[in-house]
Amino acid sequence: MGIQLQCKDTALGYDGRVVLQGLNFVVSEGDYLCILGENGSGKSTLMKTLLGLHTPSRGEIQFCGDTSQKEIGYLPQQTIVQRDFPASVQEIVLSGCLSRCGFRPFYTKQEKQLAGEIMQKLGIMDLNKRCYRELSGGQQQRVLLARALCSARKMLLLDEPVTGLDARASHEMYELIADLNQNDSVTIIMISHDIQASVNYASHILHIGGRQLFYGTKREYLQSKVGQAFLEMGGVMHD
Amino acid sequence: MTDLWNTLVYYFQFPFVQYAMIVGLLIALCSSLLGVTLVLKRFSFIGDGLSHVAFGAMAVSASLNAVITIENDMIVVLPVTVLAAILLLQTSQNAKIKGDAMIAMISVGSLALGYLLMNLFSNSPNISGDVCSTLFGATSILTLTLPEVWLCVIMAVIVIAVFLLFYHKIFAVTFDENFASATGVNANAYNLLIAVITAFIIVLAMNLVGSLLISALIIFPSLSAMRIFKSFRSVILCSAVISVICAGMGIILAILFSTPVGSTIVAADIAVFILFSILSGVLSRHEKA
Ligand SMILES: Nc1ncnc2c1ncn2[C@@H]1O[C@H](COP(=O)(O)OP(=O)(O)OP(=O)(O)O)[C@@H](O)[C@H]1O
Ligand SMILES: [Mg+2]
Repeated sequence: MGIQLQCKDTALGYDGRVVLQGLNFVVSEGDYLCILGENGSGKSTLMKTLLGLHTPSRGEIQFCGDTSQKEIGYLPQQTIVQRDFPASVQEIVLSGCLSRCGFRPFYTKQEKQLAGEIMQKLGIMDLNKRCYRELSGGQQQRVLLARALCSARKMLLLDEPVTGLDARASHEMYELIADLNQNDSVTIIMISHDIQASVNYASHILHIGGRQLFYGTKREYLQSKVGQAFLEMGGVMHD
Repeated sequence: MTDLWNTLVYYFQFPFVQYAMIVGLLIALCSSLLGVTLVLKRFSFIGDGLSHVAFGAMAVSASLNAVITIENDMIVVLPVTVLAAILLLQTSQNAKIKGDAMIAMISVGSLALGYLLMNLFSNSPNISGDVCSTLFGATSILTLTLPEVWLCVIMAVIVIAVFLLFYHKIFAVTFDENFASATGVNANAYNLLIAVITAFIIVLAMNLVGSLLISALIIFPSLSAMRIFKSFRSVILCSAVISVICAGMGIILAILFSTPVGSTIVAADIAVFILFSILSGVLSRHEKA
């Protein structure tokens, strides 16, 4: 089990204002890490920093071993797409394969096939030629998830993936992610407010709120004070 | 009708008219390819600012010409415009400085200084004629020499080749820059590439429509195409077709009725835009019904 990502005494913030500090955790190959915390606790900021979109105000976060950023998939919490952007579903999903291309100026047959299979799995194959901006919120979320899956070979980072999805679609999404984690050994890092699902699927939990409140395996979390308090608040029963 | 046709055939016997047509169509093609990206990335204002910088550079080149002979204005204009493109891009990304004010400053500043320089140093007998020609293109497209034509063709081919090679990356960076950089695509490098190609296109297009009308050449075809088409590729293809047809029509009409080439082309682009707007209105009403 190689370590893929390491975070040592890191602090995050905006313009000198610290949002989150004292971060110490590692992510290993095949982990399923859930990040928990209240609104505004800095979860999205943490994820953006992991991806290099934001620089930490102290310390650093680094990828280890042979993990490169080109093998990561990412589903943002919000994607602000211009109101009149002309883009078909297929074009967007395929753009997830771009990091595989390097300097090759076109997509290979295998990449197109992969995109097709993923769209099939997510049930958006029939939207293929549709214009992204004319889809419903849930449909748009699935398109962006498909794009993330296309680029995720080693790691998948999801920022509240089930926002806007109906109950069945959320369940299918969780199963799909778990399947990817177990069968293709893709490392998952997920931000979620769905405590029940986090407790069901995750292998590790990172709980934050201004600073790192807890990091460890799910079992340890369920026994910890932080974990029990949080779960009670969320009304989750466990045995 | 036959009269017009005969006049046209007569004019097209001249090499300068043929050159104008070739170069005009190539420039129209280049500007429309990148236009979609520029409009969507909200870079069209950079295009506008750059065209004024190109005017300033042209003036500097013309004044330098009084001291040392410069074979071709592009030797001065191209590097200056490319530099300005990089500078404008950097400032527009830096949210702390007011990007748009900066661009307005640079563009108006180059206009003013350019005109001043031209008046002070140029030894041309007809300064206002020169200025008018640089601003509105006037007849410069019809006075191209063979080396200039080759230079334009080479530059156009470079722009088209770069666009085709990086088409998918340009789409990704235009659609969602964050996702692109998160997955290891060097978005900044591609932004830079886009800015540099834009500078190339603007220097090219100065010949065709003059520096004040370049933005029209870049913006109108893509906005027209976006009225009707809904995928990135179809929008780009459509705007390329619109742009080339309008440029061709514009040049022909300008020759037949001896109107200024640049403004005739832009007028054609505007006409197509209005047509497409009406069409899209009709289409959407049709869909609802
Ligand atoms: N671009 C920004 N500039 C300045 N402050 C920001 C910026 N983005 C977020 N913040 C601040 O950083 C803090 C953490 O924000 P973040 O988006 O990471 O929260 P979150 O945990 O993802 O919340 P949520 O559950 O609502 O998604 C908030 O207090 C927010 O106000
Ligand atoms: Mg968030």
